[in-house]
Amino acid sequence: MNMDNSVNYSQQQLALDQMFKDINPALSARQAGIESSRCYYCYDAPCIKACPSKINIPSFIASIHADDLTGAAKTIYKENIMGGSCARVCPTEILCEQACVRNHEAEKEPVKIGLLQRHATDNAEFEGHPFERAALTGKRVAVVGAGPAGLSCAHRLSLLGHEVEVFEAQQKAGGLNEYGIAKYKLTENFAQEEVDFILSIGGITVHYDRALGKDISLSALKDEFDAVFLSIGLQDTASLYLDHEDNDSVLNSVDFIKELRQATDIEQLDIPKDSAVVIGAGNTAIDIACQLKRLGTEEVTLVYRRGEAQMSATGHEQQIAKNHQVRIKTWSQPEKINLDEQGKLSSMTFSKTYLDEGKLKSTGEQFEVPCSAVFKAVGQKMAYPQTEQLIPTISNGKVATFHNQLTSIEGVFAGGDCTGVGQDLTVEAVQQGKLAALAIHQELTSSEEK
Amino acid sequence: MADLSIDFVGIKAPNPFWLASAPPTDKAYNVERAFEAGWGGVVWKTLGEDPAAVNVSSRYSALYDHNGNVSGFNNIELITDRSLEINLREIEAVKKSWPDRALVVSLMMPCEEQIWKTILKQVEATGADGIELNFGCPHGMPERGMGAAVGQVPEYVEMVTRWCKEHSKMPVIVKLTPNITDVRFPARAAKSGGADAVSLINTINSITSIDLDAMAARPIVDGKSTHGGYCGPAVKPIALNMVGEIARDPETAGLPISGIGGIGNWRDAAEFISLGAGSVQVCTAAMIYGFNIVTEMKEGLSNWMDSKGYETIEDFKGLAVPNTTDWKKLNMNYKVVATIDEDKCIGCGRCYQACEDTSHQAIEVTANEDGTNSFGIIDDNCVGCNLCEITCPVDDCITMDERSKGQPYMNWMQDERNPHREEA
Repeated sequence: MNMDNSVNYSQQQLALDQMFKDINPALSARQAGIESSRCYYCYDAPCIKACPSKINIPSFIASIHADDLTGAAKTIYKENIMGGSCARVCPTEILCEQACVRNHEAEKEPVKIGLLQRHATDNAEFEGHPFERAALTGKRVAVVGAGPAGLSCAHRLSLLGHEVEVFEAQQKAGGLNEYGIAKYKLTENFAQEEVDFILSIGGITVHYDRALGKDISLSALKDEFDAVFLSIGLQDTASLYLDHEDNDSVLNSVDFIKELRQATDIEQLDIPKDSAVVIGAGNTAIDIACQLKRLGTEEVTLVYRRGEAQMSATGHEQQIAKNHQVRIKTWSQPEKINLDEQGKLSSMTFSKTYLDEGKLKSTGEQFEVPCSAVFKAVGQKMAYPQTEQLIPTISNGKVATFHNQLTSIEGVFAGGDCTGVGQDLTVEAVQQGKLAALAIHQELTSSEEK
Repeated sequence: MADLSIDFVGIKAPNPFWLASAPPTDKAYNVERAFEAGWGGVVWKTLGEDPAAVNVSSRYSALYDHNGNVSGFNNIELITDRSLEINLREIEAVKKSWPDRALVVSLMMPCEEQIWKTILKQVEATGADGIELNFGCPHGMPERGMGAAVGQVPEYVEMVTRWCKEHSKMPVIVKLTPNITDVRFPARAAKSGGADAVSLINTINSITSIDLDAMAARPIVDGKSTHGGYCGPAVKPIALNMVGEIARDPETAGLPISGIGGIGNWRDAAEFISLGAGSVQVCTAAMIYGFNIVTEMKEGLSNWMDSKGYETIEDFKGLAVPNTTDWKKLNMNYKVVATIDEDKCIGCGRCYQACEDTSHQAIEVTANEDGTNSFGIIDDNCVGCNLCEITCPVDDCITMDERSKGQPYMNWMQDERNPHREEA
């Protein structure tokens, strides 16, 4: 993207950034040159099929190899305007790199597609925005939520000539890129730089501090705009249903990560010194556990009620946790949150578990893990604003989408985590936003012909 | 242990690996280091008339492969830029210190018999083992009527060769330029002139790349450039062909050949020797990696010879010559068809892409339920061109299997489809 980084960092901010240096250092130009030569430029390339946003991977790698970073980056952005952050946060080991044919031969080493994508997007230079908007259509679309899905949708709509207004509940755009991704994956100010880059296409106005059900309503948006895209993400976290869960030291991981990502000084954070317990088995659990270690928590124990194989965090993510010396305790379920006489959190009690014909059961054997903080990472839920009059069909707790990201309401589309389609990956959200934009465009321009 | 020693036109060397006449053999310091590293011989960088040549600054450029390694090398350097007197003194001293190594002196002089007569006596006095006539330098020197300007005119080649044989007892090796239509003609001329051997190839006229900012070819000398001489791995196929052409030409068959051109390892050397070379000369590989590469070259050649049961270089020298023939003598009844080993196939589809786009549409693709593709050969369409085998990145995944139908040997001259066939 190569956006001018004009933010003035304080010493404290720099210290914090230092603590959260890139987990995957960028490739040097030389490394990228060698790595790009490894791509076989496959026919009907398996990596493209495995990429949720369908980036033409062999093409952008060939461009890198031919020293055309501009071409490479354009190829990436053409399908995925958040190619920069996806290059950093995508679990490539279960997507493009897993599909890479070089996994299957004697060397068993896929092309480092994620790092090459990052090399292209980090180093390509553009005079202004890489794409030009189509002739203006005069149509206006509202996007609710400025996370990856919303930004992707807004960008594509703008590209196609529509005017877009984005309504964001937070003070910043970026969604989980800004508030939820582990700090060592999206470092420094990358998330905001990417937002600026996306918005630099023009035709997109972002309204901050405007939450659905409070400051705006779907029915009003539907009246005012030609189409609406909902990408409101997940607002609620799952509960352990234990006593003392409301204790000050029992925290939601997502809240803590959000605080950490916004912090400008480590002193602003309340970091457990000796020991913390993380409950969960997804990437958020891994993220919080590793970040606690980096922040200086002595003992971090990640506890999961099933085995490693059942963890939704990929093997690669589990390895990151092990590299951070996070202790992973499987087959253990939370039983009690224990407080001392002063009401301060002292430990958690777990019971050992096993699978009995597919059902998780307790062996009855219990053990205690001392801790001064508990971080819950047992999943997030959508909480559709109850104040809303017009509510799309909700199924399995998420906004139901039908053909082309359309919801049950005509003219209202949805994408991203609030739809629960896929694995809640950034790259899937980007794709859903893009597909919705294409569908909205189709609808708005074909209706014109009538 | 195989015996790597050679006797090349009377010049003995402990192994066939010589350093070619070039910067690595420019002076005693380098040559001593080369002999210490184990090289069997050197051809001393070309001597010329005094005053010595003067070189420009910025002299080399290269072509790189996909990994950034040098695959082709280009230079605009002239012959030695040191005085004749210093060179001759050093040659004498080095030969005295290293009597078991081959020391051949490369020469380039104007086409005047008296000048050649004089220099030949001077070189002979150093105790050098032989001379190599530089009729190949493609840059700079031809503008002065020497180097390739001589090598491109067979009559001149023959004339100068004859002078050298008349005025010297040393073996004469004539170094040939590849910048010519048919290398057999200067080779024949050298033989007519009495040459003991030919060496080839010298470098090929080249521009390796253009600096698109400066809009000038590399290497750039103050904004301008000139064509250079090309060498390195990229020229090996051209050199092998020229060596083969001379080896199988009835008029020059048996003429000893010192093979030069992109030799960087034992296998390259074995290939040149199998096409008839009695010694091999190396330059680019040494310039990129240093003199120590000769260690692996000797070891590798020796191990391969052991594995094949060849005891001496002579045992396999020229064995590929009889199998290098004219197209018209190839067997029209021979047929190979590609086979894809499905267990080894990684599904990259390069074979399909190549065959479908540019060849004979002889590979079919089947979409599997899991989203992958399988590839299979359509035997009837396959002409046995090898393209799929070449594109396949997996060892032994695509093989070319013989499917000849038991018909006897029949070449194009006997083929009924040939309207100009020779009647039996």
